[in-house]
Amino acid sequence: MTARTLYDKIWDDHVAHEAEDGTCLLYIDRHLVHEVTSPQAFEGLRMAGRKVHAPDKTIAVPDHNVPTTLDRANGGMNEESRIQVEALDTNAKDFGIHYYPVSDVRQGIVHIVGPEQGWTLPGMTVVCGDSHTATHGAFGALAHGIGTSEVEHVLATQTLIQKKSKNMKVEITGKLRPGVTAKDITLSVIGETGTAGGTGYVIEYCGEAIRDLSMEGRMTVCNMAIEGGARAGLIAPDEKTYAYCKGRPHAPKGAAWEAAEAYWRTLFTDDGAHFDKVVTIKGEDIAPVVTWGTSPEDVLPITATVPAPEDFEGGKVEAAKRSLDYMGLTPGTPLSEVEIDTVFIGSCTNGRIEDLRAAAEILKGKKVKDGLRAMVVPGSGLVRAQAEEEGLADIFKDAGFEWRLAGCSMCLAMNPDQLSEGERCASTSNRNFEGRQGYKGRTHLVSPGMAAAAALTGRLTDVREMM
Amino acid sequence: MTPFTTHTGIAAALPMPNLDTDVIIPKQFLKRIDREGLAEGVFFDLFKDQEFVLNRPPWDTASILICGENFGCGSSREYAVWGLMQWGIRAIIAPSFAGIFFGNCEKNGLLAVDMPADDVEELSWLAQDPATAQIGIDLHQQRIIQGGSNWQFDIPAARKALLLEGKDHIACTLEHETEIATFERHHGSDAVH
Repeated sequence: MTARTLYDKIWDDHVAHEAEDGTCLLYIDRHLVHEVTSPQAFEGLRMAGRKVHAPDKTIAVPDHNVPTTLDRANGGMNEESRIQVEALDTNAKDFGIHYYPVSDVRQGIVHIVGPEQGWTLPGMTVVCGDSHTATHGAFGALAHGIGTSEVEHVLATQTLIQKKSKNMKVEITGKLRPGVTAKDITLSVIGETGTAGGTGYVIEYCGEAIRDLSMEGRMTVCNMAIEGGARAGLIAPDEKTYAYCKGRPHAPKGAAWEAAEAYWRTLFTDDGAHFDKVVTIKGEDIAPVVTWGTSPEDVLPITATVPAPEDFEGGKVEAAKRSLDYMGLTPGTPLSEVEIDTVFIGSCTNGRIEDLRAAAEILKGKKVKDGLRAMVVPGSGLVRAQAEEEGLADIFKDAGFEWRLAGCSMCLAMNPDQLSEGERCASTSNRNFEGRQGYKGRTHLVSPGMAAAAALTGRLTDVREMM
Repeated sequence: MTPFTTHTGIAAALPMPNLDTDVIIPKQFLKRIDREGLAEGVFFDLFKDQEFVLNRPPWDTASILICGENFGCGSSREYAVWGLMQWGIRAIIAPSFAGIFFGNCEKNGLLAVDMPADDVEELSWLAQDPATAQIGIDLHQQRIIQGGSNWQFDIPAARKALLLEGKDHIACTLEHETEIATFERHHGSDAVH
């Protein structure tokens, strides 16, 4: 039998129909839904008189719009957001799908709730009307974002019309140095390959440094596969994966678990399987990094200086000029001298318990810089509860951070958590696009530890100085 | 979806690479539960600059965009495609597109053509001169026409057919309902999924 990659195996196990030109109907095991990209899809079903094909495999949770302030139960949501969230309430009820409403302690960012509740399991196909669906690839599940028309297509048919992507391997060899995290890995990979380097590919991340990561860290790595342009990011399941899944509310139990685990153990890339593209990075070469521009590929070690447009070639020269102007940065300035106004810790990239632990470790017994705005938005109500139990919430509050309720918050600023014009933020989120966190807001993407360090000094800071 | 066959219109050049969907339509326009009223959100922040190409005649009536590489990267928001179409855009030509955006175009009948960077650059130069900014696109012939010149483009046959006919993708898939049900019975029986 031909040697197959992990992606080949999952793909082969989900082809429900293949047309002559290779276009397939790919069967979908889990469909995650949130309030922003789904109302038109449900409306489409209603207009055509169609039902949800597999309500049991469809899970919804509002996250993008929901306020994260403690008073959110008593209003606090603007009219448009309220209508969109209520539309999801109604659609979940009308179509009989699993639902975690705003009032439920399990509510949170869809990509954190899915794994937490055991909906995401190895070998599955997982889609959601959200580009960061790549997160679930950490479990060895083929997971990717889709548009609203495709949301409707999956709701109606439980399949997607797909052509197979190419295979790309990203290997991170050896060990990471102290202070270097999953966020630094994933940003460094994008820095190396560019935001379009993964276009047309599904990436499998492998190597010792990836194996050494916790499930939380693996989710951070896969989460940003889309920022590198890839269709999806994957990591083969192992003992850590099984241990994370076991006992989760929707994970299989008893004999079903045994059967599932036996199958999961076949999910790895065979020796000699073909990859169309291979990128190898030494773990020891990765430094704590920060973005300087308005594209996630604008990555540099914190010890570097702001680049000049002349450092680039082709269309990137103009793009760098525009980025530097937007970011208000002067070439040659050490990145560690760039002063910030705000720190945001949260998002589907870095809103899990391990991320909060890493930030709290740096903040313990210290205070944020005077006048700096700092907030922590846990990824889910359960992450929040666990952080409170572990005493992390007190560390954040004592340091001067706002301790919020769960949601997407300032990652995309659809709710009131936004940057104002010119406000500069060290953010653990995933996108530094123009206007992403607020009109003319300036975003520097960093790891949770780096965000915490920046909160203490009021400037972009090398976390290793605080360890 | 809207079929696409042939189209002639003003082309506007937006050559910056990595033009993301947050810039195409910012988050404040994603709060609808229908697909209406999105034209005003398109390139909302860019329109604040009077020099922005789509603010200036003849490009203020453009229906074709000639873009840089990795156009439409970032968020999966289909609002970007709905908004562009409502603004009047019928086709986008670029050296490359982000995957989800490309799929969203296809589902709505917005023609997204990826062509070699040299061809796109040539078209981009032509689009920047009002005298040569009008171009034609013929999907049947897979051809872009400006004056006496033309450029061929590639498109897989299945995609081309869907666009030409404006077919409902869900209806097409439901023709395979029996196969999906068969697959489901087999797939569900192993207690894995």
